Amino acid sequence: MKNTITFLAGLIFGLGLIVSGMTNPANIIGFLDIAGNWNPSLVFVMLGGISIAFFAFRYMANKKLTLFKEPVHLPGTTHLSKELVIGSLFFGAGWALAGFCPGPALVALGMGSKQAGLFVLSMVIGMLAHDSLFKKSSH
Amino acid sequence: MQLTIDWLHYTPGSALTGGLMLGIGASLLLLFSGKIAGISGILAYVIKPTHLFSQDAAWRVLFLIGLISAGTMYPFIAALPPASIAASNPTLIMAGLLVGFGSRMGSGCTSGHGICGLSRLSLRSMVATLSFMTAGFVTTYLTLHAS
Repeated sequence: MKNTITFLAGLIFGLGLIVSGMTNPANIIGFLDIAGNWNPSLVFVMLGGISIAFFAFRYMANKKLTLFKEPVHLPGTTHLSKELVIGSLFFGAGWALAGFCPGPALVALGMGSKQAGLFVLSMVIGMLAHDSLFKKSSH
Repeated sequence: MQLTIDWLHYTPGSALTGGLMLGIGASLLLLFSGKIAGISGILAYVIKPTHLFSQDAAWRVLFLIGLISAGTMYPFIAALPPASIAASNPTLIMAGLLVGFGSRMGSGCTSGHGICGLSRLSLRSMVATLSFMTAGFVTTYLTLHAS
């Protein structure tokens, strides 16, 4: 049962990325291009996502167990680091160059897009490069 | 600077509907598995050969199979919305490397920080989201308008 829900969570998330337009890089670049012809649609994607997830996180905030009575794993780090900002700046630059972030790129790969495949392969190499350089455990 | 809106590609209804689905997917994973739907972190874990067959990889692999099969299954339900990728292959490679490296260094991406982190009012995620949005606006300006 838990496995089915985990699969469904991924499936619904992926379908949401398609419906919202996130799997079309032109929409991402249209949102980031505030000096050109700006497409604000992405604001509604974030509002939609947050308006539901906010209540789920509120509900789980002080709970130690899930609805299946298993431990909850939420990030405990709270301090602001250089890495957080510099890494996110790199991420944002790459996001703008291609119009892909990790989720939509994986969904587009599932659609059979070769360009998404090339992006995902490069992204995986970038992840492995970072983690082998900085010996970061991937949690 | 004068702001002009691209009304032709402005689709608030489908954007909101898709966004609500992102919220439902992330909430299901949280309520039933107790995990954060951060795609970069989930992917980074399973691509390590030593992790792939571990117990901790199972939920991640299942979630990723669901995510990827959304793209594979969607055409059986409805016509795929149009997608246009303007980036050349060298740009896709550069972008992928930056997104992969940056998401690890910054501990998250648009899903983990942008949707989940903001939903749990995490200060770190707000800083990360502002940082990648700013870099995105500047990079787009440089690539489209600076020459």
